[in-house]
Amino acid sequence: MLAIYRKEMRSYFINPIGYVYLGVFLVFSALLFCYTTLNAGTYSTSTYFTFLIISFVILIPILTMRLFAEERKLRTEQLLLTAPVTITGMVLGKYLAALTIYVGGILVSCVNFIPLYIIGAAERAGEDMSLTHIGPVTGEIVGSLFAVILLGAALIAVGTLISALTENQLSAAIITIGVIAVMILLNVFNRLTDSDGQPLIGSYAVRFVLDWISVMSRFGNFSNGIFDYAALFYYLSITFVFLFLTVRVYEKRRWG
Amino acid sequence: MIRIEHLVKNYGANCAVDDISFEVGEGEIVGLLGPNGAGKSTTMNILTGYLSSTSGKATVAGIDILSDPLGAKKLIGYLPEQPPLYLDMTVEEYLNFNYELKGCKLDRVPHLEQICDTVRIRDVYRRVIRNLSKGYRQRVGIAQALVGNPKVIIFDEPTVGLDPKQIIEIRNLIRSLGKEHTVILSTHILQEVQAVCDRIVIINKGKIVANEKTENISNAVEQSRRFNARICGPQKEVLAALRGMSGVAYAEALAERDGDAFTYTVESERGVDIRKKLFYLLAERGWALVGLESLGMNLEDIFISVVDQSEEKKTRAARGERRRRGADRTSAEREIGAGLYEDAKRQREEAAAREPDDEE
Repeated sequence: MLAIYRKEMRSYFINPIGYVYLGVFLVFSALLFCYTTLNAGTYSTSTYFTFLIISFVILIPILTMRLFAEERKLRTEQLLLTAPVTITGMVLGKYLAALTIYVGGILVSCVNFIPLYIIGAAERAGEDMSLTHIGPVTGEIVGSLFAVILLGAALIAVGTLISALTENQLSAAIITIGVIAVMILLNVFNRLTDSDGQPLIGSYAVRFVLDWISVMSRFGNFSNGIFDYAALFYYLSITFVFLFLTVRVYEKRRWG
Repeated sequence: MIRIEHLVKNYGANCAVDDISFEVGEGEIVGLLGPNGAGKSTTMNILTGYLSSTSGKATVAGIDILSDPLGAKKLIGYLPEQPPLYLDMTVEEYLNFNYELKGCKLDRVPHLEQICDTVRIRDVYRRVIRNLSKGYRQRVGIAQALVGNPKVIIFDEPTVGLDPKQIIEIRNLIRSLGKEHTVILSTHILQEVQAVCDRIVIINKGKIVANEKTENISNAVEQSRRFNARICGPQKEVLAALRGMSGVAYAEALAERDGDAFTYTVESERGVDIRKKLFYLLAERGWALVGLESLGMNLEDIFISVVDQSEEKKTRAARGERRRRGADRTSAEREIGAGLYEDAKRQREEAAAREPDDEE
């Protein structure tokens, strides 16, 4: 597993893909941050994180599209599958490599918060701090970061499965974009209202189910700085289920 | 070292490997010979744990590939039909990756160096695989199979697409590997197995047709009795004379003409060398013999002659039985070929007949 993990990490950086992902992610997150907080004159980061998550529709497929599709196309999967490595080990090695790049990007993007804290500190100087809190709320930021990482872990697992099902990077990417878009945007449909302010989806039951499926709706508590065990369990379950299915895909192919 | 028992692999209704059993002893080089689609690659893929068998058992050094895949895979080095190379790696990175992937315990640097010397890729060690020629890529693929010094090495069509010089090099390499490893290789080229292998297993349409020492197969092949003769003279008369010769089983004029010479295919009866007689006959008639070339056997001929030869070893009783049925040898030969065809046809028909039932 470690050998495969290391190989995948290397391949992110000997191919342009790792640089493309990190470059696009960091530039985008920096611009987004300026626009949603500094430019908007607010300490709230919730808009920033919301848009960041929407950007994963495009960014996560970049990370996951080649994981298995490329191996299948070049027939190198035969090497991995005839080596003394379990299929679970192979899937985990690849998954963890993608996750590492993803988490790395998130952590580096934390430099975005530095100016917010500096401005906060400057504004606090000379103010009476006993009544109001001025500056960013660290609990919200840490909670949101944690949730974004969990959410990303789940979406990468989805992308991993789709990559294992296809033989072509491009089709893997397109299908992943579609699936992730649905998973994220379901929540948006729920919020849509008509001109009278009534929800567009009338049935409460339908909204409840859509909300339950949507990966976005679980995000709320974390972004308020509350540690939501249910959401944690939900994200980890999605991750587990999709990785498990990826392993099954390979088992199935052997028996096919 | 390797034992395959009643191996069956079905792809849906299509049977790729049909009840194959054979053994490979330690230090033996065995060739799987058969036309494309015969089931060679499938057999190898099952043996290496890439595919699972529908039924049957494959063991390597007593370890069942299904019940202990990791243990068995550790003993096997495998070069698939298309070498599994990461084109964006250098040879060095690729071999190091394999070293880690296989959890190799040998001393890394000397081990990899020794492999590079064996397959002679030292001079491209630091180059990116994408930029290597086909021959070098194949050798890097072989190097990969050697990492960890596995007891068993399996090569699937190792010389396909190489130039003649490279083919000879790879064959020599495989021969030398056979001194320390048990080797299985597959090919559809007869000369290849003859040059390299101790024993030949011929597979056709998923079944083993023959499992013989190389010498036996070679003997069978050398008894080629067909040749093309180019003879100057009136075509009809020459053909009539050829057909009238004793010892000629079959003669036919080809639509080939070279000046006043025509080409004829002549097949002698078993165990008769008619070449001298042919020469004197033609000299007597005043027709010039301007060319005589022996026709090589194709795989089908080999199947027939090999099967035929192994049948000859069987008991007289069996032979008597066949005579009683009024079957002569040549038609028995045909039957084997036709039998293989019929089997496949029957399977297809059965499959076709089964499908509508499923829909109901």
